[in-house]
Amino acid sequence: MRFSGFKVIKEALMGHKGWGPQWRNPEPKSHYDIIIIGGGGHGLATAYYLAKEFGQKNIAVLEKGWIGGGNVGRNTTIIRSNYLLDGNEPFYEFSLKLWEGLEQDFNYNAMVSQRGILNLIHSDGQRDAFMRRGNGMILNGADAEYLTADQIRAENPFLNFDDARFPIKGGLAQRRGGTVRHDAVAWGYARGADQRGVDIIQNCEVTGLRIENGVCKGVETSRGFIGANKVGSCVAGSSSRIMAHANIRLPIESHVLQAFVSEGLKPTIPGVITFGAGHFYVSQSDKGGLVFGGDIDGYNTYAQRGNLPTVEDVCESGMAIMPMIGRSRMLRMWGGVMDMSMDGSPIIDKTHIDGLYFNGGWCYGGFKATPASGWCYAHLLAKDEPHKVATAYRLDRFKRGYMIDEKGMGAQPNLH
Amino acid sequence: MIINHPILGPRDAAEFTYLGDASLLNRPDWQAADAADQFYEYLYLRDNPAGEHRELWYHEQGDRSWLVVTRNTLTHEISSVELASDVARAQGNKK
Repeated sequence: MRFSGFKVIKEALMGHKGWGPQWRNPEPKSHYDIIIIGGGGHGLATAYYLAKEFGQKNIAVLEKGWIGGGNVGRNTTIIRSNYLLDGNEPFYEFSLKLWEGLEQDFNYNAMVSQRGILNLIHSDGQRDAFMRRGNGMILNGADAEYLTADQIRAENPFLNFDDARFPIKGGLAQRRGGTVRHDAVAWGYARGADQRGVDIIQNCEVTGLRIENGVCKGVETSRGFIGANKVGSCVAGSSSRIMAHANIRLPIESHVLQAFVSEGLKPTIPGVITFGAGHFYVSQSDKGGLVFGGDIDGYNTYAQRGNLPTVEDVCESGMAIMPMIGRSRMLRMWGGVMDMSMDGSPIIDKTHIDGLYFNGGWCYGGFKATPASGWCYAHLLAKDEPHKVATAYRLDRFKRGYMIDEKGMGAQPNLH
Repeated sequence: MIINHPILGPRDAAEFTYLGDASLLNRPDWQAADAADQFYEYLYLRDNPAGEHRELWYHEQGDRSWLVVTRNTLTHEISSVELASDVARAQGNKK
């Protein structure tokens, strides 16, 4: 079934009786060519591109809960490609280009909205750093634009421009950035993968990896052993738990990131806005709620909930740049478990075990990377060589000294 | 979270900063033949367990002591708090 305007009108006239399930609910087969562990955004995107772009047929996605129940449904839905370093920027720009064509590609309304992202500048030194980043973006084919305080005031009159401590001196804008309906990304990829024969198996937890003579033969699951020629882990915050089954210790700590939504308000915030002197990012959903977040809590955790000091810090940062939000009430808050890597950048690589592949370390920036992560992981799984924009995301880069440290924080995951 | 400081009693976790796994107390010998490998594992690799985790907290807004906190990463429940200096001494660390 394809979605189209015609189909919507037809169903409206026919009493909406023609809509069926968007994907099957198959029993696992005994063997697959490729098994993806993790039915989140990245895992589903990987399966979709494996089937659609790389001609693979016999694929399964194993998900311990339900698809879209992890971080792909827990993020603040921002897409952008405003990175500095050569190892990162081409990858994220590839991702943004995929976002731009995604809805036509998988025939699903993901509400991709390129409403722009604006990083505020509060000091002369920060202006220098952001100018450099903007130039790095332009050199890699992305768009970047410096805005003066007056230009920002014309579009966002509600910001706290003349704050004594953190005056707004300008901003770096990426007009092609924006937001996406995050659940629809998981659903769209799941539907597209399922239509191409991928088995999406929910409520199937991987409890072990069967490794014989240095070769991964399949996975032990809560629904029995499933054999595979290739197994790809793609489980974000649970990466260390899965790879521990292969006795692999990762350069990753799991941390919780909280996100927040206010009550619904009239349209007021035009795009995504970030605070440059603290850590705060906000956009307004189509329902009217302010969607915002800040730092991770900063301690190892697998609990999908955080603590109050971070809530206070995030709200203080929000008040610092837009005092008007002090009158709105918080509606919901939640947490997701982040695979924080030692340099703040991700890993898409083979392991030293034949047939076992790893995708993780996305820190709290995995959502925007979903299409490119899926594409590049599919490329690696299908061809056994990295995609050209993901060559820097090697698992051994820490040992070899090729870190991709955007923030220059060193091997301290809670500071990235 | 409330951290029950061995000297100061129960303190809000917001007074502390967090460093990471308590294995960071066991700095490798820089003169060992395989020092580069040891430091790679020491600096970059983590067990990152789901469950009981021994970790280093620094009482920055208090008495500036380092603590080894044993905490469950699934529930945030803290089962023991020790002074890092006591732990290091008991392990026989030289510094």
